[in-house]
Amino acid sequence: MTFLSVPILTFLIFFPVVASLLLLPFYKRTGTDGVVKWIALGITVIEFLLSLSLLIGNNPHLYQMQFVENHLWIPFGNIHYALGIDGISLVLIVMTTFLMPMTILTSWVGISKNLPLFMINILVLEGAMIGVFCATDFVLFYVFWEAMLIPMYLIIGVWGGPNRIYAAIKFFLYTLAGSLLLLVSIIALYFVGGHTFDITRLSGQHYGMTFQILAFLAMFVAFAVKIPMFPFHTWLPDAHVEAPTAGSVILASIMLKMGAYGFLRFSLPMFPDASHFFTPFMLTLSVIAIIWGAFMALAQEDMKKLIAYSSVSHMGVVTLGIFVANVQGIEGALMQMLNHGITTGALFLCIGVLYDRSHSRLLSEYGGLAKQMPVYSTLLVIFALSSLALPGTNSFVGEFLVLIGSFKTHAVVSSLATTGVILSAMYLLYMLSRVVWGVYTPKNYAMPDLHAYEWGSLLPLVVMVIVIGLLPNPVLSLFHQSVAHLVGQMQPVPLASLH
Amino acid sequence: MNFSPVNIMGTMPEIYLTVLGSLLFLMEPFVPAKKRSLLGIFAIFALVFAMIATLGLNGKGLPLYQGLYIVDPFSNFFKMVIYLGTILTILFSLPYLEKEEIHVGEYYGFLLFAAVGMMIMVSAGDLITLFLGIELMSLCFYVLVGLKRNSLRSVEASFKYFLLGAFAAAIFLYGVSLLYGASGTETLSGLAQFISNPGALRPMVFAGMILTMVGFAFKVSAAPFHMWTPDVYEGAPTVVTGFMASVGKVAAFGVFLRVFWVAFSANRDHWSLLIVMAAILSMIVGNIVALVQTNIKRMLAYSSIGHAGYAVIALLNPSRESLFALMFYMFTYLFMTLGAFGIILILRRKGVEGEEISDFVGLNKKNPLAAFLMLIFMFSLAGIPPFGGFLAKFYIFMAAVHAGYTWLAVVGVLLSAVGAYYYIRVVMAMYMKDPVETVEFAPNRMEGMALFVTAAMTVILGIFPLPFVHYIETSLAILVP
Repeated sequence: MTFLSVPILTFLIFFPVVASLLLLPFYKRTGTDGVVKWIALGITVIEFLLSLSLLIGNNPHLYQMQFVENHLWIPFGNIHYALGIDGISLVLIVMTTFLMPMTILTSWVGISKNLPLFMINILVLEGAMIGVFCATDFVLFYVFWEAMLIPMYLIIGVWGGPNRIYAAIKFFLYTLAGSLLLLVSIIALYFVGGHTFDITRLSGQHYGMTFQILAFLAMFVAFAVKIPMFPFHTWLPDAHVEAPTAGSVILASIMLKMGAYGFLRFSLPMFPDASHFFTPFMLTLSVIAIIWGAFMALAQEDMKKLIAYSSVSHMGVVTLGIFVANVQGIEGALMQMLNHGITTGALFLCIGVLYDRSHSRLLSEYGGLAKQMPVYSTLLVIFALSSLALPGTNSFVGEFLVLIGSFKTHAVVSSLATTGVILSAMYLLYMLSRVVWGVYTPKNYAMPDLHAYEWGSLLPLVVMVIVIGLLPNPVLSLFHQSVAHLVGQMQPVPLASLH
Repeated sequence: MNFSPVNIMGTMPEIYLTVLGSLLFLMEPFVPAKKRSLLGIFAIFALVFAMIATLGLNGKGLPLYQGLYIVDPFSNFFKMVIYLGTILTILFSLPYLEKEEIHVGEYYGFLLFAAVGMMIMVSAGDLITLFLGIELMSLCFYVLVGLKRNSLRSVEASFKYFLLGAFAAAIFLYGVSLLYGASGTETLSGLAQFISNPGALRPMVFAGMILTMVGFAFKVSAAPFHMWTPDVYEGAPTVVTGFMASVGKVAAFGVFLRVFWVAFSANRDHWSLLIVMAAILSMIVGNIVALVQTNIKRMLAYSSIGHAGYAVIALLNPSRESLFALMFYMFTYLFMTLGAFGIILILRRKGVEGEEISDFVGLNKKNPLAAFLMLIFMFSLAGIPPFGGFLAKFYIFMAAVHAGYTWLAVVGVLLSAVGAYYYIRVVMAMYMKDPVETVEFAPNRMEGMALFVTAAMTVILGIFPLPFVHYIETSLAILVP
């Protein structure tokens, strides 16, 4: 499929990057911020509409890569510019393009300093993130994966809160240090896997066990930092708290998914034996993340930190689903990734709404908002209920599938993970009781209800929460074949084929 | 010595540059002080001339003067890099020297002679020829570093460099004499033959080999022979620092590789440990000491030590992968280093150069373009895609893994994560803080052109390196006469 005679995936990656040049003439001009916002919004909306063509053109009955593009990029080392998507990348790409207009809308009044540069960063970041989900050449993947760091570093560091420089540097170095080991394992795979960086060809080979274990561990660090899994999560609260709302949304909704995507795309199919070997370890870490994250969230006074720790907890469910490695588990994990993207993104947007009005994120500063901002409060309650996986909302589907999937093989782990659901009810309802209900704080007196741009950013998300909650099947069917194929690749080698 | 037409033709580029360089010295008194920049333009033309001559030799493998001098695709590649680097340096120098009031005509002559020295180095087929090349280059450097005669720092740097350089030269020469004593020859091919027979691994050969390695390590500023680098880089006029750090290092790596792969390849097992140690030490010293620097020239000096550590990894195993890795690294390194020094020398604050990292604070507010270019160079030096520095490091690690040194690649990547901190610190200063003092960034046309070329090359080498990769692939041939 092509658009304007450019292959669609290439177009999706480079359209926001190239279109962001349109904003350059507004650099250092005053009074043109309105135009800049509308241009950026237009670009992201067009991008979203174009990405819908992937949904239309996609054949859900195939597990193979679709919309494939392949050109030799650098001959030395056989590096290709190779793109392609399957069901797994498809949902993540559409989720990305769906969320990007919201990030622009949430910055409508929140960002005042150097707006063109901010929008350029957001757009370049969008291109790089889509690149991560499309790349089927390992080096190309790595280039996009690392290139994302630059705009995100600037977004946190330039437009963030008071402690932004520390948070930006911590984010950058943590992610970089993790990713560099990934680079070494990519290179090692090249030599072991037959002088290619083609992800499809590198998957499904059964490498030696020692190699699998070492390479798995190296990749584990990269992806675990990104997710972030339990002992590697310390950068997340800092980055979330300091980042501007748009940055938090992108971090939580999209960038965290890349770690999980990495596990699904690389670790499981390339190192199935090592994945089985490390399953107990990964499940333990996941359960710790679920419970630890929830307890940490309970103790937070800052709403952004609360949601940040709840992310750690929810992403624990994702990794749990991935490593039980059956169809329900992985499908549940993917659903959870998608839903966490929508719900947590929405919660960050909601906090952004409050922050724009009163410049505080502390629970103690708010109370009784239901009186002052009824519409806002309704939406916040819906998102919070979705986040605690109330049946009928989107998150329920994902968590339920993961718990079923894990119960089949690991009943104890599954039961422990269930406590996460209870704990998440605790911290979210606690947050609601302080902010929405509770004593009416006079300080909140001058807080108007949602503006038009906030409506624009929250309404689509509410719709998605309910639609996916009630009709999850169309979404599930998008990646069912890919997941089934992946689980097939994970099976141990049949004895007959060993010689 | 036989001066047959083939020999003359093969060394035409060197002859051009020597003659035209001498001509520069002769012309200097007759050119009025106002028109000195004409001399610079003359020097650029001389380099373009030599470049054309080298292009004519492309693809040939000629042992000249009975193997004392070798023209092969490998040396031609390095010569092209040397021409490019020198031309860019001259573009940066023209306005810089005026502002610093050190615009003397001899400057260009020394620059050309240094280039000739480097060309002799990368083409040398014999240790004595090599030594002549190294000395020609070094003597020019000593003068150039001390160019700011009124500045105590510059003179001190020059003196320090001269003393240490003389030591290094003596050590190198001693190594050569030991090798000659043991084998009776000082041509690379003769040495290779001698060392490849099993009886030859005598202590004398070892001592000679180690001493020559010390000489090279000094020239590429690899630890533990890096001590001179920060002081000299800081004290020298910035444009000279850029020239030494980029072009000088590229040439030194070229000859380092040729000597060790051609002459000493037979006892690789014995020296590879030394190279590994030099690599690890340089990466540690370079990346960790750079963290605490406040002067950006010193920081880049340590960064260049770190980069030397990555580059020597490519020397470990004579293979296509390693050769490509080193050549690609050098090619990319040239542009990003020259570009970074270029920004520094253009930034000025009340008549002084913006040498401190604090001078970069808030640069984005005042001059978004300068800040953005510096961002490109910094991220590229840190090895972050999509810039050339990433692919350069990528190929180095690939060479390391191919040679069976996966653990060394792991050490390398971990230290480069440490090193990333000091590069992003510069970005942080430029973008995330508010400006305090006025730094001017007003490149004139020449500087603008040089900056544009270096930045564009840094980006192109990361995004679309195809033509350059093709060119390097055709240069992957070392002639052993």
